[in-house]
Amino acid sequence: MEPFTTLTSRTVVLARTNIDTDQIIPARFLTTTTKAGLGAHLFADWRYDSAGEARADFVLNQPAAAGCRVLVAGRNFGCGSSREHAPWALVDHGFRAVVSTEIADIFRNNALKNGLLPVVVDEATSGWLLSHPGVEVGIDVASSTLTLPTGAQVHFPLEPFAQHCLLEGVDELGFLLGRLGEIAAYERAR
Amino acid sequence: MAPAPQTLFDKIWRRHEVLAESAATPAVLYIDLHLIHEVTSPQAFALLRERSLGVRCPSRTFATMDHSTPTLSSQVFGGAPIALESAARQVRTLESNCAAFGVELLGLTHAQRGIVHVIGPELGLTQPGMTIVCGDSHTSTHGALGALAFGIGTTEVGHVLATQCLLQRKPRTLAVEISGALGAGVTAKDLILAVIAQLGVSGGTGHVIEYRGDTVRALDMEERMTVCNMSIEAGARAGMIAPDATTYAYLAGRPRAPAGAALERALEEWRALPGDAGAAFDRELRIDAGAVEPMITYGTNPGMVVPIGAAVPERPGDEVFARALAYMGLNPGEPLRDRPVNVVFLGSCTNARLSDLRSAARVLRGRRIAPGLKMLVVPGSQQVKRAAEAEGLDRIFLDAGAEWRESGCSMCLGMNGDLVGRGEYAVSTSNRNFEGRQGPGARTLLASPLTAAACAVRGRITDPRELL
Repeated sequence: MEPFTTLTSRTVVLARTNIDTDQIIPARFLTTTTKAGLGAHLFADWRYDSAGEARADFVLNQPAAAGCRVLVAGRNFGCGSSREHAPWALVDHGFRAVVSTEIADIFRNNALKNGLLPVVVDEATSGWLLSHPGVEVGIDVASSTLTLPTGAQVHFPLEPFAQHCLLEGVDELGFLLGRLGEIAAYERAR
Repeated sequence: MAPAPQTLFDKIWRRHEVLAESAATPAVLYIDLHLIHEVTSPQAFALLRERSLGVRCPSRTFATMDHSTPTLSSQVFGGAPIALESAARQVRTLESNCAAFGVELLGLTHAQRGIVHVIGPELGLTQPGMTIVCGDSHTSTHGALGALAFGIGTTEVGHVLATQCLLQRKPRTLAVEISGALGAGVTAKDLILAVIAQLGVSGGTGHVIEYRGDTVRALDMEERMTVCNMSIEAGARAGMIAPDATTYAYLAGRPRAPAGAALERALEEWRALPGDAGAAFDRELRIDAGAVEPMITYGTNPGMVVPIGAAVPERPGDEVFARALAYMGLNPGEPLRDRPVNVVFLGSCTNARLSDLRSAARVLRGRRIAPGLKMLVVPGSQQVKRAAEAEGLDRIFLDAGAEWRESGCSMCLGMNGDLVGRGEYAVSTSNRNFEGRQGPGARTLLASPLTAAACAVRGRITDPRELL
């Protein structure tokens, strides 16, 4: 993985609460055996009509969304199924961070393993971002802060080990493989 | 000083810590049982190949196929090709991965195949005190037997395959204390929907739920599985119930459960698992089971749920709520009762065990489903299917006009082509009523098997108590 230290990007706003992983990528696109190309199915049922045509009124289909790497969404983003296809699809589309007041547990874990940063902020910050779509924000992983165009700096929680992995561009598997001695000792002692 | 009293969760967590968490690193948690299936494992096996790693403990790894598999007998047993080529490829990929890495697989035509969360307990693989993971959020089901069981992503599936461990921060604990007797026609499904109504769809985030109280003690094992299954719909990764005589009786004689002297040793350990008196939880919630009615969802998440006789709630000014109702084609303030239903799905890891099929059959016996309505009955496993056939439940469903299928996840998430049509209303015994969950544009109303059967008979939303 590439190290993830800072990010500056305009935002895309999806002002809905409880966006579940079935919306992020519907189950019918999970009959794949690779991670490749899932961005094409991101938010498929919102992005495309029943004939497969892009819906002009959906935010990701609008020109302003091009190149945006930060998704701002309502409370409880990523609830539902454990499918890692959800962060795979978001990353494949180009997103590197999701901002919400609450992010579901399994989605958050999956996102961090794919270089997609879950940014949980307070109601006021979220409310401001939701009502100001397209603003440019800055993210600094080392200090776990989100900087708004107003200059306000908002700290967000980031689990220290996940932070280390993002900053160094390493994955958790390396750490676990480095503990095989302890794992074997645990197995013998049971 | 005496050690601090521990909860069931604390005890299991502590016994599985290879390394405790520190400020800098999460705990290294040992996993006793890893269940895998065709949809969330291919990329994990690819990771093993990339890193030239093997499966550390094939004996703790167990595979089946359920999500994308067909439910038509001709495609399962009859030699007809699986209609969806991408699903067929997933089936073949799991077969070849299991063969290459030495993992036991209950494949497509195996007599013990079924939904992963149905067969784990059914085979006695799931046991009290275990840590159990699977690349599926409804892994919480196994907590019904007093295990710590939770869903993981595919990268974590790879971690467990390679090391038998996961890096985890210790979650908080939430006690859901339920007391009182459930009324006639009120089931475990209604109970968990009522819990979700109270907690909300994210109320359990960051927590492991322990369901406690006299109501929970009185539930049989299959009812407990229904309750724990939907913990994730309140945001909790795991739900659990302390093991007791009901648990031990359920496990007795199951093919993968300990027997003889091993069982005696296991029982000694299992009896020490329930939480100590005075053990503290981070949060508590109390539920009066006596006040729970048959429940039905009206919106696009499982927290949007009301007693079946109630009207759709009104929330003026809430745009997200209005959008959900627009998707469902419902109006605030209107009663749900008597609204027409197009499809009834009896199935899923929530409600497709033998007792669920019996419950629906109780309503359908000697009756017909409404003209024009489609009803799919999909048993949770091939063993459930045969047991149901042995007592004639298949005849009841077929005589009523329903379809009787092979086991699998089927219409719960519509991956295998079993879909609800655009705009159609489906009363479903599954666990999620998200937009498009059962097919693009499909409108799902979650309910118990009893309620689903009553709706099938009338072709309208019906309080099951009217047909008992």
